[in-house]
Amino acid sequence: MNESLQMQRQVDAIYRTESRRVFATLIRLLGDFDLAEEALHDAFAVAMAQWPRDGVPAKPRPWLVSVGRFKAIDNLRRRTRFDASLAELAQQLDAQPDLPDDDLEDDRLRLIFTCCHPALPQEAQVALTLREVCGLKTEEIASAFLLAPPTLAQRIVRAKAKIRAAGIPYQVPALEDLPDRLDTVMQVIYLVFNEGYAASSGPSLTRADLSGEAIRLGRLVLELLPDPEVMGLLALMLLQESRRQARTSTTGDLILLSDQNRELWNQEQIAEGRSLVQQALSSAQVGPYGIQAAIAAVHAEAPDPAATDWAQIVGLYSLLAQIEPTPVVHLNRAVAVAMRDGPQAGLHLLDEILAEGDLAHYHLAHAARADLCRQLGETAEAKASYQRALDLVKQEPERRFLESRLRELV
Amino acid sequence: MKFICLGYFDETQWDGLSETEQASLMADCFAYDDELRRGGHFLGGEALQSVRNAATLRYQNGQVVVTDGPFAETKEQIGGILMLEARDLNHAIQLMSRHPGVRNGPFEIRPADEEINAQVNQSQTLQTNLH
Repeated sequence: MNESLQMQRQVDAIYRTESRRVFATLIRLLGDFDLAEEALHDAFAVAMAQWPRDGVPAKPRPWLVSVGRFKAIDNLRRRTRFDASLAELAQQLDAQPDLPDDDLEDDRLRLIFTCCHPALPQEAQVALTLREVCGLKTEEIASAFLLAPPTLAQRIVRAKAKIRAAGIPYQVPALEDLPDRLDTVMQVIYLVFNEGYAASSGPSLTRADLSGEAIRLGRLVLELLPDPEVMGLLALMLLQESRRQARTSTTGDLILLSDQNRELWNQEQIAEGRSLVQQALSSAQVGPYGIQAAIAAVHAEAPDPAATDWAQIVGLYSLLAQIEPTPVVHLNRAVAVAMRDGPQAGLHLLDEILAEGDLAHYHLAHAARADLCRQLGETAEAKASYQRALDLVKQEPERRFLESRLRELV
Repeated sequence: MKFICLGYFDETQWDGLSETEQASLMADCFAYDDELRRGGHFLGGEALQSVRNAATLRYQNGQVVVTDGPFAETKEQIGGILMLEARDLNHAIQLMSRHPGVRNGPFEIRPADEEINAQVNQSQTLQTNLH
């Protein structure tokens, strides 16, 4: 009894560490998501039956791949009686040579690039990556994104159908296409992180699980494809994640960076993030993620808000604005300038940006303006901007924060 | 796999180009088409006349109604189609990304529906056998 419980635990542990890798390889071998999933379950069913008798194989992963592939061929043969077209596929599969073990690692990278293919809609890229690469259940993903499970399931089914029909291959892109395609992968990872870090709507400010998955994905991609921007992205996520405990109160209210208890910051994540930032910055091709990570690192290095090196932050935002001249980057730069040179200088820049019109519906732009007006003692202006921000805000904790600021002015 | 590439372009913008500019762009496109042909990727293609010369048929209230011009009021219209042979979508994207025509307007790449094509071929064979 005790032995079988131990075996169950061992198989569970192998399932946790190996099942996604086995799955990725099976997709490559079988060329089909659904066949691969069935084969994966079959392989573990055989393991549960055989391992207690014969012992766990020295290399469980190739064992599982080989059994899964065999089972898939078997299943196809049996179905052949009903569908002749499957016979050819079964024959092809049978003719494939066995693959060396070191090939298997790349399969997870292939899978990520397939799930994040730019020909798929972004929401499908996100859902597929979480489902197929991270192995989350459809219900888990649906609840994290506040969607009905059938809606999410449909998204995944459509995406898989498109992968098959449109001829989206199961491969790491050619070197010349890699930078563009890697951008899509990083976008998906950062989107997942942000959905977990600052939910775009709804009652809860953070959904920690998604952020954890995004960090895991970042580590995986970096491990398989050491690229300075991936390094920057992982650093950025770790440095933001390090502040999770400090950024909300026990009642779920938002706490600004300057008011956070820095004792609560996770020093281990900060240390890892800073070391990655340094590596990313020392490469010649630093990009937007690396620069944003560097900004987060400057904040993390300050023992208290007054000690923040705002001059360095302004410099980094200026660099970022050269690569990515978006209104939001300019907004952040204006706020940093206000911290370095005083609220009047910041307000001047901010009003110029607002006059461009792109940020007219962005609540944080109005909240930032309100805060600068408040510091300058321009109460009426501050009230109007807080009100404008309140009209636009969608997230409950942020709304409460803005309301409390507005009340303080009265 | 067979892919059909729909090449869109903005006619007004095209008309705004000088004759030399138009000729040089066309020459670039032809040269690249030849490159595709040499690699066995060019299965065929058609250039289309202006949308001004188009007729649109629509089935309305049990009748076919003919109007001028294309369906949608978009700036970009289909200027030509190209039939491409490629390994998979990534390969097709790679081949068409180097086509000079993409600088003039977007390409839409669609896999041919071989299931329906097979049905078409089958019905053709049947008819030939009857004759």
